[in-house]
Amino acid sequence: MSLIATLARMEAVSTGRAQPAATVRHRRLSDRPLVFVPLTTAGEAGAPLGALVGTDRDAPHLLVVPQPRDRELRFAFLSELADVVLPYIDTYADDVEAAERGETDPETGKRVKVEVELCADAPQLIVPSRAGVDFVRLLGRSMRFRRTAEQDPETPYPAPPRVPLLGRWLTHFGERARVPGSSLLLAMTDVLARHWATGQSTLEDQHLGALLAWIDPPPLSTSLERGDPQSASTGAEAALRAELARDRDGQLLCPPAGPATDPAFDNKLLAPAIERYDRARTALAAAEDGLEADDRLGDLTAAEREIRALVESRTRPTWDAVWRGLDLLRSRLPEAGQHVEERWTRDRWSFTGHRDRVLAGEPPQPRRDDAVTAANKLAAREREQARLEAQEALDDPLVMAGRRLAGEAFAGEVTEVVMAYSEGKRPSPRPLVTVRTDDRPHLGERAKVFRSLGGKPQAAEFVGYEKAPEDAPDDGSALVVLRVLDKMGRGKEPEEGSVPEKDDLICFTLFEHEQRGGAKLPDPEQTPWTHGGPPGEQVPEAADALTQEDVL
Amino acid sequence: MTAVFDPGAAATRATDAILHDTLHGTARGVVVDSPPGAGKSTLVVRAALELAEAGRPLMVVAQTNAQVDDLVLRLAEKNPELPVGRLHSSDADPYDKALDDLPNVRKSAKAGDLTGLSVVISTAAKWGHVKVDEPWRHAIVDEAYQMRSDSLLAVAGLFERALFVGDPGQLDPFAIVGSEQWAGLSYDPSASAVTTLLAHNPELPQHRLPVSWRLPASAAPLVSDAFYPYTPFRSGTGHDDRRLAFAVPSDGSGPDRVIDEAAEAGWGLLELPARHTPRTDPEAVRAVATVVRRFLDRGGAATSERSPDPAPLTADRIAVGTAHRDQAAAVRAALAELGVTDVTVDTANRLQGREYDVTVVLHPLSGRPDATAFHLETGRLCVLASRHRHACIVVCRAGVSELLDDYPSTEPVQLGTVVKFPDGWEANHAVLARLAEHRVTWRP
Repeated sequence: MSLIATLARMEAVSTGRAQPAATVRHRRLSDRPLVFVPLTTAGEAGAPLGALVGTDRDAPHLLVVPQPRDRELRFAFLSELADVVLPYIDTYADDVEAAERGETDPETGKRVKVEVELCADAPQLIVPSRAGVDFVRLLGRSMRFRRTAEQDPETPYPAPPRVPLLGRWLTHFGERARVPGSSLLLAMTDVLARHWATGQSTLEDQHLGALLAWIDPPPLSTSLERGDPQSASTGAEAALRAELARDRDGQLLCPPAGPATDPAFDNKLLAPAIERYDRARTALAAAEDGLEADDRLGDLTAAEREIRALVESRTRPTWDAVWRGLDLLRSRLPEAGQHVEERWTRDRWSFTGHRDRVLAGEPPQPRRDDAVTAANKLAAREREQARLEAQEALDDPLVMAGRRLAGEAFAGEVTEVVMAYSEGKRPSPRPLVTVRTDDRPHLGERAKVFRSLGGKPQAAEFVGYEKAPEDAPDDGSALVVLRVLDKMGRGKEPEEGSVPEKDDLICFTLFEHEQRGGAKLPDPEQTPWTHGGPPGEQVPEAADALTQEDVL
Repeated sequence: MTAVFDPGAAATRATDAILHDTLHGTARGVVVDSPPGAGKSTLVVRAALELAEAGRPLMVVAQTNAQVDDLVLRLAEKNPELPVGRLHSSDADPYDKALDDLPNVRKSAKAGDLTGLSVVISTAAKWGHVKVDEPWRHAIVDEAYQMRSDSLLAVAGLFERALFVGDPGQLDPFAIVGSEQWAGLSYDPSASAVTTLLAHNPELPQHRLPVSWRLPASAAPLVSDAFYPYTPFRSGTGHDDRRLAFAVPSDGSGPDRVIDEAAEAGWGLLELPARHTPRTDPEAVRAVATVVRRFLDRGGAATSERSPDPAPLTADRIAVGTAHRDQAAAVRAALAELGVTDVTVDTANRLQGREYDVTVVLHPLSGRPDATAFHLETGRLCVLASRHRHACIVVCRAGVSELLDDYPSTEPVQLGTVVKFPDGWEANHAVLARLAEHRVTWRP
């Protein structure tokens, strides 16, 4: 944790309220996100219990699996989920704009520009917490290798038509969420924790209720209504209550954001309800005539309704909390601007790319990446991570302050500019700029530093520290001498505005603003002997085998 | 009768076997594990020269520009006639200026300019951008344990067969984003190049250099036991071969007492009172700087097998090692205040492969309230504890063993990954237990 993050957390502890960790919003929020609040069954990997899902905060779709171990019912749930999610995705798939993409011409081997479609906007999935992101990935994995009756008439338990397709999309969202700075699939706790520092541990920050309590404690009036004016005075106390407070029946007042449920809920409320449902179902199956069946169908419906109510009671608070989090992010923080837009454009490319692969009838994403794909993904993510860190600092003075405190950047006032030139046949301008700064950057010999000049990085090199004049008061500031290296035009004299002037306030970073491309990796069929050689002819991945238990 | 261990003969046997496999073997790869200071660079230079002299041009892959320049200089020193190519980046000052004085070293940013030379050397990053029509018949990959698997993937197409040399005990390569997704795959891109290479080619001959010429007899057993429990090595020198003496006697202060202890025993622990501190703990930083200052003030002289006369212990023979860059910066500032310049102060990552007479180490866990995987990493401590020829002084706050016991390692176990022994927890305890025998407590 950086020093500034530690300071912010200590301040949050002492004030009892979350402290800002950013002054602008560093993640893109769609105008019409699809919020997904799933619950899972304890002890059953990938067995959903239910979910609230939708784009309308006042009218979520409630989906429930009354008996989570019944795979027919699970398929019915997944099918309903597909009916909500896929139409939402489709609304973004058709609205396209023309764009250009660099491609290698297969005949000449040259890089050429190709006119392609780019979706004008992309869907955005929001889940309550990081565990929700993992669950999306798990659902995707559990569905994308199922076969529908149309794909394989022989399959004993065919999946409903659109379920494998939903699996491919959820897999894509889950995989994209691993790219730093992407916004196709967001965990609300992660986004909130990016922008506010609380006085609790990062693990506790994964509790959405507690996190919101730190950021936006309930107003005093609510606690007065409860007749307890003291208890809700700080976010810290409200957070503790959100985490631990239980009602008379031992149920949490603020249910966990899932997908795992509270054991007290599982044992005391859910298990008996599911048992009643099972009994009603067995009874219905054993009914001997129509009249009896009608009766027992009534019981079954009642039992199912009870489970639906239970699931809704546990997901609705989280649903509301996610929307409250969205309100907070939208109302308190303006979007950071161009860099966020740029990253969202890459999300749109990613979305468009997957849309095209689906349309082209390509097979689902393989179970495991091959060596080249894995290396490419890792390199791309590392590039994105470095880019994200640089862009967040450039977009946000508070983030930059953290980098300055860590010695990775410095800001100050220009005290002197001396014109100088490079040696050689055509001397180019290499002005020497002296900056007075109170920061303590870790400048090594001839270290490169960068500043943003009209959105482009201008490089300078550290020449040395200048001694302060004898009569200057010792205020702990340092005089840093830099030699500006580029972005001054081609002429002998630097272009107007390209060199800092005396009294300018400027900020230099020790980190680069833009990332260079990495090494070109071989094509997968050229995988070298050190990495197992070429993977061989691509065979379509087999469907998941039928197993007694869920093995993924 | 017990056979007397002859370090010189053992090392020669190992080197001969390696060179035989490299020059005359049939396997596509040869892997050499080398403990700290076991003559890895010497081996690389010798293998390169023998291949070149046998008329088999080769490419050499190192990890950093400093390593590349160092290899070029060593090659030129051994054989000034050898045509060597230094492939470099197109940045400003891409290579050591000392290379300009070597008439047979050609430097270029384009691989095409260097074709036909006996040896072409560059970093893995630069090789990754090179395309060749015909692969090299031979390659040497230096510091292969510090190279990431994906980096090898980018260059492996450039050569037919290769000698992989490295130190398995040093810092593992790392990724700045999570890579759990690929844990357990044989080609996990974030694993080390050797891990991937051996997972796919388990039949490759593997060798080990058995003697550390750098570490003194006082240090080799500890470093070997703590960090190389299943591949032990010996020191090339005996207890009487290395001595550290001072012209100025101790003034009785903590720093002087720990200096005397380390001069005598090879290890010294300067223990400050227990306390939770920020990373750049001002007291500990000052203590490190004071120890260095006293080393210089007391007119140290180092006697070793290299020469019969004692060599003065000058600033360039001393290094300070830390875990973090801000700690290194703080130590540099503290040294400057005491008027000390020219002492190397760097993080473990940057000290890899370097050698000094004396090192002063700020313990990675000193003053910390928690023990993260980063601070527990075996390689970090191993690098810091194995840079010295004579003595190593560790500056640390009390309470680290309790901290270790409070934070047993909790990293999830990934299926299919090779479990690395020893884990950082175990290695840290082993080192602390030994250091405790040479403890000097001091309240600054």
